[in-house]
Amino acid sequence: MPITRRSFLAALGIAGATAAAPKNAEAWQSKAPPDPYGCLVDLTRCVGCRKCEQACKEVNDLPEPAIKFDDLTILDVKRRPDQNAFTVINRYYSGRIDDRDKLVPTFVKVQCMHCQDPACASACITGALSKKENGAVHYDVDKCIGCRYCMAACPFEIPAYEYDRPVLPRVRKCTFCFERISKEGGKPGCASICPVEAITFGKRSELLGQARERIKGDPGKYNDHIYGEREVGGTSWMYISNVDFGKVGFQALPTRPMPQTTETIQSGLFSYLWSPLALFGVLGAVMGYTSRKHDKEDGHDA
Amino acid sequence: MTHRPQPVAQPFWTPGVLVMLALMIAAGVTLVVRYTYGLSAVTNLNNHYPWGIWIGLDVASGVALAAGGFTTAFLAHILGRHYYEAVTRPALLTAALGYTFVALAVFFDIGRSWAIWKVVIYQNHTSALFEVAMCVMTYVTVLWIEFIPVLAEKLGHKIRLLAFLDRILDKTMWVFIILGVVLSCMHQSSLGTLMVIAPTKTSPLWATPLQPLLFLTSAFAVGYPMVVVETTIATSSLKLESEMNVLTPLSRITILLLGVYLFLKVGDLIWRGAYATLLDGSAQSGSFLVEVGLGVILPWVMLLFPAVRRSRRLLFTAALLIVSGVMLNRFNVFVVSFKAPYATSPYYPAIGEILVTAGSVAAIFFLYRLFVTWFPVLSAQRQEVSR
Ligand code: SF4
Ligand code: SF4
Ligand code: SF4
Repeated sequence: MPITRRSFLAALGIAGATAAAPKNAEAWQSKAPPDPYGCLVDLTRCVGCRKCEQACKEVNDLPEPAIKFDDLTILDVKRRPDQNAFTVINRYYSGRIDDRDKLVPTFVKVQCMHCQDPACASACITGALSKKENGAVHYDVDKCIGCRYCMAACPFEIPAYEYDRPVLPRVRKCTFCFERISKEGGKPGCASICPVEAITFGKRSELLGQARERIKGDPGKYNDHIYGEREVGGTSWMYISNVDFGKVGFQALPTRPMPQTTETIQSGLFSYLWSPLALFGVLGAVMGYTSRKHDKEDGHDA
Repeated sequence: MTHRPQPVAQPFWTPGVLVMLALMIAAGVTLVVRYTYGLSAVTNLNNHYPWGIWIGLDVASGVALAAGGFTTAFLAHILGRHYYEAVTRPALLTAALGYTFVALAVFFDIGRSWAIWKVVIYQNHTSALFEVAMCVMTYVTVLWIEFIPVLAEKLGHKIRLLAFLDRILDKTMWVFIILGVVLSCMHQSSLGTLMVIAPTKTSPLWATPLQPLLFLTSAFAVGYPMVVVETTIATSSLKLESEMNVLTPLSRITILLLGVYLFLKVGDLIWRGAYATLLDGSAQSGSFLVEVGLGVILPWVMLLFPAVRRSRRLLFTAALLIVSGVMLNRFNVFVVSFKAPYATSPYYPAIGEILVTAGSVAAIFFLYRLFVTWFPVLSAQRQEVSR
């Protein structure tokens, strides 16, 4: 393999310049917006009326569901949000009984949590998903290529996909009613319709304060846990409850933001492309050395 | 002793080739359905399991098994061990075909195939998948550039452009060779980073931040065994002389490379305490034991014996175990390990997914045979001649 001395020296130059100053990864920095909106869901208030599901459908132009919203038998099936429903209500019996010895149901609204440091956005190959200043994790269909890495990455298993569309399939998930909350005084469809104020919309910091007050105000009722305050580094949607979260479909998740490890690896290895350039230089040097040695052995210099 | 690469003088149409053709047609029909009715018509993918065997096998294993390309290029061209040049061309061809089909598998799997170019425009640098995609795209190009001299040797006098490119490449090929090795190291490791973002959705047996290093070292380790497997299959099916004089020393290097991988793999398991789930009788632990036991430890021990390294059959067996082990590893990481917390039933590949995968493998074999019949790729002598 012929290699000219000049190109070999050029390669060495690159190697020297880059290997000498490997920009090592600074400590990982959260990119969470400082003052986002959020929603606080109070599981003790929700009555399972499915009004929020219906409102969500209307504001997002989603197709009519197969089972009418006033049919509550569907609550017995554990549903997940999908491409045609950005939010669903599930009913759980955690074992609590009322004073007449009847099992008390707990209703749980499920939708995208709008994580502060979303795994989906970090993973998305084109940046089609991104965390906005107002708290919404926004999907830009024009950038999406349909790789579904966001779905593999989301710890809450939220993004859904239009697998039956051959040409223009989209990733679908709760939008946090991005357009509505971007307007002054705007609220998400689900939060504004809720008849029992189970969903409170507001600044995340204020909601956390409210949640703590409610817990402190009735410690016998509430568990001392705000789900979403710290899970996966914090989420814009948060829950308080009188039953154990583990019993009503919530996962125990680490407080570490999901993208932290991968982003540290990625930037540690590839910031300013230092490692590939250094490797290129080293390999070039080795190749130059061996090919010159070879030429000498063959009896003619390069 | 260096044999000059030359086209293989064997009839092209054999029963095996016809079987490959049938598989390719079946895959083609499946893809027509996929592009007419959507992914749900031919796959078992759903909202719980977004990635199936097209990513877990076609892409992830495909990338790993093409590692013969950069590992032999490193040895022969960068370290200057020209002795091994006999295997660089077939390894290069395998890598070029392998990566081309990796790119195709991605193309078929993503929902918006027509939008694949958007990755170049809307870059998200925090995404490991972005890194993989860019490297693979560039590397496919580099591999076919590296292949130009082979094409020019045969067609240079007919196609002037080829001869022209060949002359330019004579002076600049070293850039592409080094670039190929660098790109390989980058995306082999980034492929391992992909699932690190989902530690809560993957089995602790594979969920480790060390995954990029494990992917890289296993790619190093599988490179030469892949050359052994591919050379043995090619030389025996084309009735050529076996190239044991090259393969035996290659397998000595593999002892070291596979040993490093095994050490890291076991060390990581102990360090994280993940061995605790090893004997729980789950499908995951079973698959892990097969992967490491049959795919790493057994062939590693086998290779320690000189008799194994010298025997064509035993060396082939050991190499095949390593290759299968790495394939299983990629499959495990992307499919077996994946736990969808809210899924009600597990994922199994649909017939359509299997057909496309089988068709792609058949197409690689088919094209490999086509290339070695037409172009000077293989160096081994025909046995009829050396009689
Ligand atoms: S819940 Fe999932 S989809 Fe929603 S922001 Fe978090 S990671 Fe993204
Ligand atoms: S499917 Fe679309 S939104 Fe999801 S990661 Fe891929 S490109 Fe991004
Ligand atoms: S915030 Fe909007 S999109 Fe999300 S569940 Fe509520 S209504 Fe639906």
